[in-house]
Amino acid sequence: MELLEHIGLTELGTLRDIAPLAILVLFFQVVVLRKRPATSLRRLSVGGIYVVLGLGLFLVGLEQALFPLGKTMAAQLTDPAFLKLAPGAVAIWTDYIWVYVFAAAIGFSTTIAEPALMAVADKAASVSGGTISVWGLRIAVALGVSAGVALGTIRIVTGIPLHWLIMAGYMIVIVQTLFASRTIIPLAYDSGGVTTSTVTVPLVAALGLGLAANVPGRSTLIDGFGLIALASVFPIIAVLAYAQISQARAGRARRAPASPGQGVSNTKEGL
Amino acid sequence: MRDLMNPDPPERRLRLPLHVRLREHLLLEPLLPFARLILGTLRDLAPIIAVIAVFQLAVLRQPFPDIEKIVIGLAFVMLGLALFVKGLEMGLFPLGEGLAQDFSRKGSLFWLLFFAFALGCGTTVAEPALIAVADEAARTAADVGAIENSDSGRAAYAFGLRYTVAFAVGLGITLGVFRILKGWPVHWLIIGGYVLVMCLTFFAPAEIIGIAYDSGGVTTSTITVPLVTALGVGLSTMIRGRNPLIDGFGLIAFASLTPIIFVLIYGMVI
Repeated sequence: MELLEHIGLTELGTLRDIAPLAILVLFFQVVVLRKRPATSLRRLSVGGIYVVLGLGLFLVGLEQALFPLGKTMAAQLTDPAFLKLAPGAVAIWTDYIWVYVFAAAIGFSTTIAEPALMAVADKAASVSGGTISVWGLRIAVALGVSAGVALGTIRIVTGIPLHWLIMAGYMIVIVQTLFASRTIIPLAYDSGGVTTSTVTVPLVAALGLGLAANVPGRSTLIDGFGLIALASVFPIIAVLAYAQISQARAGRARRAPASPGQGVSNTKEGL
Repeated sequence: MRDLMNPDPPERRLRLPLHVRLREHLLLEPLLPFARLILGTLRDLAPIIAVIAVFQLAVLRQPFPDIEKIVIGLAFVMLGLALFVKGLEMGLFPLGEGLAQDFSRKGSLFWLLFFAFALGCGTTVAEPALIAVADEAARTAADVGAIENSDSGRAAYAFGLRYTVAFAVGLGITLGVFRILKGWPVHWLIIGGYVLVMCLTFFAPAEIIGIAYDSGGVTTSTITVPLVTALGVGLSTMIRGRNPLIDGFGLIAFASLTPIIFVLIYGMVI
């Protein structure tokens, strides 16, 4: 019963969240363009009901499942009994190795399965004219996200200020940009934003907050955030690096006609 | 997909009684693609469930607390996300994509930029991941005592955060559209943005830095990416001499950068 009441209240809240977008789209359609919408009003309203209902259910489920999952995993993996510390001993950052492994695994697996990334990888393959393969790019980005999230958890445990890591990441991106081909740059920058999906973001956020709450001496507000930020910078680095490596390989294959196999097989993979 | 949603010829439909037609519209008609959507959200969740299951069974080897609640919650997440995406595909997406194309064709710079701004704002306010993370940030800030720990205090903080991010995304998309029109290279603007973020970081309070950096990655997902990509690709197809594959991208990059800047400023102001 309590759950039903909670769902009802959340649904009311989502009405307010969707309203600006709905009003906006209708305003532009009716007032500015003065044109009948391509979609029928009935479809539009049924779709609207679905959107509001779905968003509400999603938010309730998020609070019931995804946030607790992330926090419970963080709590269990940092539990002194699990770490098998000697009585009275203080854990050092290497004791939390399973946390980093878990973070890396979540980052890799969710990114490999991310539909938005598949779309970007397809486009990247066609922009590059075959030097970039779809699967190669997806693995590169997944490794990037995985490294980003894992590094983020190391940062939370050790308490290194987030901005130093982000700035180092930005520096690498800037240097890579100077050497990257102009076609791949916008795509690489976009890949940072699209790799973190609606389901992954809350889980990863909860993992970070749970870690900061359980590791002694960390503040949730100062140390708990930043996993998503790192998971957004590292894919940019990974895509630029992958594009550069595959270009260099294709270039080398072209210069040495004795062994052209590599560049060609790469192209096939991409298609 | 569209064909599946509209299986009957219209003549047959008109003959059916009203309540049957109504049921068809609300429930039966979208049922088939809907099952596919549920499977799609299951695919989003599957890697998470698999990794957690492996860790629970092989590494932690302890019973998971509140497992029933989690399972029900995950079912809600799947059903909710499927309904949400289905609803978007029925109404907002085709409408928004149509608008994006109309505005890129219309030729009025003012309306185009205004539309870009409004689209960025509107989609961001409705973005589920942002709603969730803003609430969580408010709860965290309240627990630490950075803001007043009451329902209204937390709601005000989350609201301020979300609308700051929405404004920033709107501005980012507008800038990105302007860039596409002018043909400026995307990297100089982004690198400029990075430098600005670094400078602001030194003046911003420590509590906001993590939230600000995260807000960049949170904003661009389910609603924003498809609509904004439609705008970018529509624009660069319209302008002569532009390659949609190259010039259409880069909008999301701006939409991920400007929120960091504005949330840092938000943290300095409040």
